[in-house]
Amino acid sequence: MAAKADFETSDGAGGAEVRFTGRLTLARLGDLPARLDALGPIAALDLSGVERIDTVGAWIVTRTANAHDARISGASEEAQRLLQALADDKSEYRVHRDRRPMWARMLEQLGTASAGVWHELVGIVDFFGAMLIALFIQIRARRRIRWNAIVTRFQAVGVDALPIIGLMSFLIGIVIAQQGAVQLEQFGLDVFTINLVGRASIRELGLLMTAIMVAGRSGSAFAAQIGTMKLTEEVDAMRTIGVSPMEAIVLPRVAASTIVMPLLGFYASICAIAGGGVFSWIGLDIPPLTYIQRLREIIPMTDFWAMLIKAPVFGILIGVTGCYSGMQVRQNAEEVGRRTTSAVVAAIFLVIVLDAFFAVFFSSIGWN
Amino acid sequence: MSEDEEQAEIRHELASAEAVRPEEFDVAIRVRGLVNRFGDAVVHDHLDLDVRSGEILGVVGGSGTGKSVLMRSIVGLQIPQAGEIEVYGKSLDTIADEEESRDLRRRWGVMFQGGALFSTLSVAENIQVPLREYYPRVDQQLLDEIAAYKVAMVGLPPDAGPKFPAELSGGMVKRAGLARALALDPALLFLDEPTAGLDPIGAAKFDALIRELADTMGLTVFLITHDLDTLYATCDRVAVLAEKKVIAVGTIPELLATEHPWIQEYFNGPRGRAAAGCNQIAERR
Repeated sequence: MAAKADFETSDGAGGAEVRFTGRLTLARLGDLPARLDALGPIAALDLSGVERIDTVGAWIVTRTANAHDARISGASEEAQRLLQALADDKSEYRVHRDRRPMWARMLEQLGTASAGVWHELVGIVDFFGAMLIALFIQIRARRRIRWNAIVTRFQAVGVDALPIIGLMSFLIGIVIAQQGAVQLEQFGLDVFTINLVGRASIRELGLLMTAIMVAGRSGSAFAAQIGTMKLTEEVDAMRTIGVSPMEAIVLPRVAASTIVMPLLGFYASICAIAGGGVFSWIGLDIPPLTYIQRLREIIPMTDFWAMLIKAPVFGILIGVTGCYSGMQVRQNAEEVGRRTTSAVVAAIFLVIVLDAFFAVFFSSIGWN
Repeated sequence: MSEDEEQAEIRHELASAEAVRPEEFDVAIRVRGLVNRFGDAVVHDHLDLDVRSGEILGVVGGSGTGKSVLMRSIVGLQIPQAGEIEVYGKSLDTIADEEESRDLRRRWGVMFQGGALFSTLSVAENIQVPLREYYPRVDQQLLDEIAAYKVAMVGLPPDAGPKFPAELSGGMVKRAGLARALALDPALLFLDEPTAGLDPIGAAKFDALIRELADTMGLTVFLITHDLDTLYATCDRVAVLAEKKVIAVGTIPELLATEHPWIQEYFNGPRGRAAAGCNQIAERR
């Protein structure tokens, strides 16, 4: 079995003479570099006892020789070649970036993050404007609308999402009815569970949950798709051919999500009401017919209009943030992931903020 | 860690380092009866190939003849339908032991066509990835020195170490990929189209670099290329892939002596003759 890298020292004129033995390779190095550093002045390095040497071994020898200004002797032909290759280049090779102190980096990060939020907001507004201009140009130049692309996205964003959104809304309907009933029963008002489920679903929750689901499902997909297209230079290729990426990639996606949101929102509301109805029937002994009858009495049309007004706005928001984030991807694959995350976070955040504004607005115009 | 444990670990390391001994083999890679199929498309049909230790073997062939698939089969990224592949007497198929497979993998470095650098790591960190994986106990100081040394070895500029792959030019990405492939001082180096996408000056420098590194480190090189200049400048022997097999292996003069139409067209086409002419001029100097 071949020996581990080792050395023996003997005293000579002007310092120790080090004689290496065994295999001077990375696999056999062990703690040799540390022990070598611990030695005093070294006058000579003898490689005649070395069985084999690799680039790391050659580096250690060169480093030690340079540090102590020592002679190297007894190198085999193989070792000679490796040492020669090292001796030629004396420039300083850097490995790490310059690092600043901790507090400076923290301060810098805080500043970058704050500026980033501002840039992101300005960027989204800017992008939205650019998209509107592209839409305007497309309509005025009477260029054909890309129905195929819109329909493909419609399928992906809307039709494919039906099962999951339906199931989610149905379960949420059950949860609201059950929690509401527990509280209202205390006053003997469990029939008001219907009011709770009906109005909450139509006006707020159905659409809000749908928007969150679409942002997670499709906003992220937009960002990842477009980001990958940016990396593979597909977007640049489009520009050189004369196809506007806004027109070909962004508009169909935003259009699809805008059209889809009211439909999905309504569908989700109905599913939630169905969930509440099933619970009322089984848990509260309210027959389905009574349930529906009561819903017709208590849900005002304004709730429905409120939902229909909010839905396309949320759709635009999700589409625009997704596409914008995708378009911001530069450089590398990690960026795609980062931008996708930020697309979803920004979309959900903005949807909830806007929903709050809408709620205040609608109640102040008397749509209670 | 107690002294006993440390001793045990060192013994284990030594033992495992013994498992594969490249210097004992005349034939580094032995491929026998390799069959690769994708659906109905047969890429390799009972392909045989030997790569001798210490040589630079150029692998040429038209597009779609399965040069990259052959390389991927040898390094275990593609599982062939049939056939045997032995690298230093060991076959990846029959190695059941994870340790043994790691031993084998440590003996080779692969440079992919696009560099395949990890985009979230700097060049120096890319080079340190294999080192950390196989030698977790090497301290950071030495790792940094090794990375700096490899950066110098492949001819990257001194400030390339801390840069990220996205900040590098095409030629620098290839050199960085080569540096990572060489991180563990492999005995066997796989290069997939090393000069593709480089300008002629960069490509010529890269050819010279490969030759120089192979001589310095005593490497066996499996080199896939389309570049005739690379063949003339670096390769000891050339294997020609066509008709789902290796139809000929030999030095360029030997190949020129064969009658096969594809080989004749390849080496005696306008580009082939130009490369040969340049090589003769270069040799006369």
